[in-house]
Amino acid sequence: MAEWFQDNGLLLGLALLDGLSSAGLIFLVAVGLNLVFGVLRIINVAHGSLYAIGAYSAASIGIFLSGLGLPDWAAVPTLILSAALVGAILGPLIERFLLRRIYAQEEVVQLLVTFALFMILEDVQKLIWGVQPIHHDTAMRALGTIDVPFGADFIPFTNYQLFVLPGIAIVTLVGLALFLRRTLTGRVIVAVTTDREAASAMGIDAAKIFLLTFTFGAMLAALGGALSSPTAALVPGIGAQTIVLSFAVVATAGLGQIEGAALTSLMMGLGRSIAVYFEPELEVVVPYIIMVLVLLVRPQGLFGVIETRRV
Amino acid sequence: MTASLTRREALAAGFGTVLLPATLSAQPAAKPAEFKIGVTTFLSGPASVFGVPSRKACEMLVDQINAAGGIAGVPLRATFVDEAPGTDHLVGEFRRLVQSEGVHAMFQSISSGSCLACTPLSRELQKLTILWDCGTQRIFEENRWEYAFRTQGYGTPEILAPLLYLLKKKPDFRTVAVINQDYAWGRDSWELWKAGMDALKPGVRVVAEMFPRFGSTDFSTEITRLLALRPDVILSTSWGGELVTFVRQATERRLHERSTFVLPVAEASLPTLGRSMPEGHIIGTRGDHWNNHPAPANPQLFNEFVTAYRTRFNEWPIYPCHHMAQAIWALKAGVEKAVAAKSGGWPSDLEMANAFRGLTFPTPTSTITLREDGQGLEDQIVGLSSFNDRFPFSVPKEMIQFTGAQVSAPVGQKSTDWLKTLKPDMIASSGRSIG
Repeated sequence: MAEWFQDNGLLLGLALLDGLSSAGLIFLVAVGLNLVFGVLRIINVAHGSLYAIGAYSAASIGIFLSGLGLPDWAAVPTLILSAALVGAILGPLIERFLLRRIYAQEEVVQLLVTFALFMILEDVQKLIWGVQPIHHDTAMRALGTIDVPFGADFIPFTNYQLFVLPGIAIVTLVGLALFLRRTLTGRVIVAVTTDREAASAMGIDAAKIFLLTFTFGAMLAALGGALSSPTAALVPGIGAQTIVLSFAVVATAGLGQIEGAALTSLMMGLGRSIAVYFEPELEVVVPYIIMVLVLLVRPQGLFGVIETRRV
Repeated sequence: MTASLTRREALAAGFGTVLLPATLSAQPAAKPAEFKIGVTTFLSGPASVFGVPSRKACEMLVDQINAAGGIAGVPLRATFVDEAPGTDHLVGEFRRLVQSEGVHAMFQSISSGSCLACTPLSRELQKLTILWDCGTQRIFEENRWEYAFRTQGYGTPEILAPLLYLLKKKPDFRTVAVINQDYAWGRDSWELWKAGMDALKPGVRVVAEMFPRFGSTDFSTEITRLLALRPDVILSTSWGGELVTFVRQATERRLHERSTFVLPVAEASLPTLGRSMPEGHIIGTRGDHWNNHPAPANPQLFNEFVTAYRTRFNEWPIYPCHHMAQAIWALKAGVEKAVAAKSGGWPSDLEMANAFRGLTFPTPTSTITLREDGQGLEDQIVGLSSFNDRFPFSVPKEMIQFTGAQVSAPVGQKSTDWLKTLKPDMIASSGRSIG
């Protein structure tokens, strides 16, 4: 083992750096999905569409503002603001006019409705942005690269992927944890998550909390998409790719668990990048292997709690 | 209620089932009021980056042909089917179009999986089927089809031509890495490259074989690994958004300064990449239809096609547009040949299909001949990425043209077997510089 580390230690170090940025993006999308499920108890398949629309909108707004002469340093704040804009518009629209009508329906109906919404939004994306790849990488280019020593050699990393993505993910995690535990609104959300009926009985306006939470979840999905847009070409189908992995994170973390989503994203991000270095054929399945192993040992997820079935 | 058949009735029914379609297909056919074609292409999902432009090209050419009086006096009508839902859906749609909609010819498909699933239907339904874009070599190497023809090249010439170009231009490479999409084309194209490379330049070391998930949006880990490995050559047959993402992420991290990229399917992504495509790397277009082709066979027709497409859709045509155009021009040539052979009468499905075997039809850049096995011989042009004043994106320079016959496996031979028999002297004897 010591010999293996001596031979591959440097590669493992590179894999850890790669895994961090990957984990950051996974977390941002998955935590929104987890939050929405925790409060609304709806598995929102359209979360992937919000990710995609967040990415497309951020690229479009960035291209538009660049045309107006926006300085490069403003590219990252623009990504965050455009994600907030997408979430603030689409979140209330979807919750108010669609989800609110199906809260009392069976889970399968809820799943079908959000899946239908996902399909509709996929077509809407094609109508608005077409099918050719779109990209806008000012944010990545503006921040430049850093040369990481690698034995006698060096490896260039982009500062955006090495610092910005993990940094925003950490800020989101800490901010979300503080918001949920230290603010009244956050505690109300936790109360609704823990026991919706009891919270309502105590006078909490569940409808308001649902709207707030879904909008916030939509913003997080859009933020994940917006932050991915400087590094990826945007094409039809990116939402579908993302939602599958996000579901794996949510299932592994435990439904409604914020810290669980962070740890699981980190495990999956690192797992995937280590696989690329040492067993590339396993890269695709690593997240799902992690999910299966965790669920075999803890069916409720890493941080999930076993709920008593109420009759 | 049960019905029973006598032995004679059963025999008659059996013979009828087997013989009737063949008899009907040889019957004289009436000239149709319109010539219907069923077109399968990707209208959704990641591959719609190819499918939607190809549909646009088809619609434009159908309009042009109809404005000029149709094919043999019969107007064309195209019906499009989305490939994205999968082969089961596509097989059903193929049957529906032929049996219910009465299409006269099928155009299929972008995906090799779609072509492998649907080509057998050409025989079962005895319907002219033109394979307009898919590249798998298996179709015509593993079977003989009476009604199916491919009006463009295929994987073997599309991979061998860039390999020969690399061996001509940068012959000193010792290490290679591959990063292809994880599906049939990504795997098959690597197998073809490896077979050809081992025969033409034995001893090259493969330092990494990476097949990221189809639809991946981040290659940063793969790029880090490639930066650490420093291969002389990096092959990628990826396309669409994935190629754009890979090239942008790689150039941002200066991978192109350490390795030479070989990108056989780059052309379709170059308009999107714009000035981000690094110069001096090997690029292909699955054919010879570069927008800066220095000497197309019919410059006026080439210019008219490109200009008409740009005017109507406000974008440059990419190779699926040219492949679709080739299929339509082949259809026109084949049908007119079949009608002429009947002295103006309308041919049966079988007579129509027979007219395509050995057919040579002109394209704006060259001519394409459909061999006796149904495979088209399309020239390949490969070059180095460069910029000039005419285009806002990368186009090739130092182009070398390889004739279709030079880089395609001969009739009756399997590509991987044939590639293993290639000799290094082929590097000097194949291809000619055209600018």
